[in-house]
Amino acid sequence: MTILGVSGLTKRFGANTVIAGIDLDVKKGERIAVLGASGSGKSTLLRCLNFMEMPDAGTIALDGKVIGRRESELTLVRQRIGMVFQQFNLFPHMTALGNVMEGLRTVRRMSKPDARARAERELARVGLADKAAHYPAHLSGGQKQRVAIARALAMDPELLLFDEPTSALDPELVGEVLGVIRALAEEGRTMLLVTHELGFAYHVATRVIFLADGTIHEQGTPDEVLKHPRRERTQAFLARHKEFSL
Amino acid sequence: MHQWDFASVLANTDALAVGALGTLRIFAICLVAGLSLGLLVGLGRYSQRRAFYWPATAFVEFFRNTPVLVQIIWFYFALPILMPFSISPLAAASLGISLNSAAFSAEIYRGGIQSIDRGQWDGARALGMTFLQAMRRIILPQALKRMTPALTNRAIEIFKMSTLASAIAYVELLQQAKLIASLNFNPIEAYTAVAVIFFVFLWPLVQLTYVLERRLARDE
Ligand SMILES: Nc1ncnc2c1ncn2[C@@H]1O[C@H](COP(=O)(O)OP(=O)(O)OP(=O)(O)O)[C@@H](O)[C@H]1O
Ligand SMILES: [Mg+2]
Repeated sequence: MTILGVSGLTKRFGANTVIAGIDLDVKKGERIAVLGASGSGKSTLLRCLNFMEMPDAGTIALDGKVIGRRESELTLVRQRIGMVFQQFNLFPHMTALGNVMEGLRTVRRMSKPDARARAERELARVGLADKAAHYPAHLSGGQKQRVAIARALAMDPELLLFDEPTSALDPELVGEVLGVIRALAEEGRTMLLVTHELGFAYHVATRVIFLADGTIHEQGTPDEVLKHPRRERTQAFLARHKEFSL
Repeated sequence: MHQWDFASVLANTDALAVGALGTLRIFAICLVAGLSLGLLVGLGRYSQRRAFYWPATAFVEFFRNTPVLVQIIWFYFALPILMPFSISPLAAASLGISLNSAAFSAEIYRGGIQSIDRGQWDGARALGMTFLQAMRRIILPQALKRMTPALTNRAIEIFKMSTLASAIAYVELLQQAKLIASLNFNPIEAYTAVAVIFFVFLWPLVQLTYVLERRLARDE
């Protein structure tokens, strides 16, 4: 079953066409790793999917229904699509618990006790029950990213977008975040994941997409794309990731 | 040789107390009105929409570039000619000072909002927040914290600007000093007393801005 249907997606910044007509069907339970050189438009693609960037052309359908451009419709769509950022983007004036409760309270208008109970469950799921009262400034990078994941999960998203969730982390903290994402994968969550952790992509993704020139240059199973890439640019990209170990 | 006469100032403490109350009243009105209207105008200045941006910009430019005293006098004498009602000195002075403070604080608000990292907007909007929800829950609380020293400075300015109301005979400290001076022929002493009273009110406020600035520097 297709959750997200993308067709002819195009995004320009001035004269710079960053996404040049991408078609993509995301099926329920799929985990798609998005690869590509720096500046190839990975973040832009993800940000177009929940309309954080307004596409210039193309359509995106959620559960078969094409998404319009009215702000009221877009805020509803964003509630159904969770997003996790490279820089976490936690709210520094709120505790970890406050961060996770925020969407439930402000957007979902959930009562305080219900939101608190739900947020506590989400923090426990990412292993941070004991950090609920901590402010982001007093958390490690890995802990911050796990709070950010809990914040997204609290909204019950049908689709999760991860934009390089471990790129801003010290190497020794990468594992704890990847562990959480792997657990979500095992639950059968649908996700798109931009990452440079090719080993992780190989083991966790159901499909790998390689972006170049604003298009999907190559895609297939992790084995096809990462071990037996057919196209030259994919091969060159993989060769540059020397530390790449499957 | 000047014959110092603070005795007749002291004899008029009740008049000064009335003046101080008048000063505090107009200060409170202008602080609340100026800083809240300033927030609205600041949001307009921040807005991408022309319908909000241009009126807000015109407002800021007009009130920043004309003297408050002239505005106060204008509101007091010209408004009753244009409108079918007269206006009290308190209302005219409050209007002038509040609009001027709104114009200046609008730029503080705009700068404060702009100083917040784009990632905060991303985090808020990705949860499905509307613009206003993100502004109220995520952006403004952080921006206000950064703006507190600048806004406290505005408050100090408003306090001192309140003396301009004496130009249209509103009863506040300077007006009372004028009164005391004209009755006792001791303007130097009367105005010195006013300066001292202002200092006593404002000094703690200024100290507060220092504390806030230091705390802010430490937090960031
Ligand atoms: N808001 C913007 N305004 C103008 N140009 C932009 C904007 N955002 C992205 N771009 C441009 O779009 C192109 C793609 O950027 P994007 O961030 O999507 O790449 P990326 O694949 O995520 O790169 P990285 O691996 O460095 O994160 C770049 O050339 C970038 O300069
Ligand atoms: Mg990116």
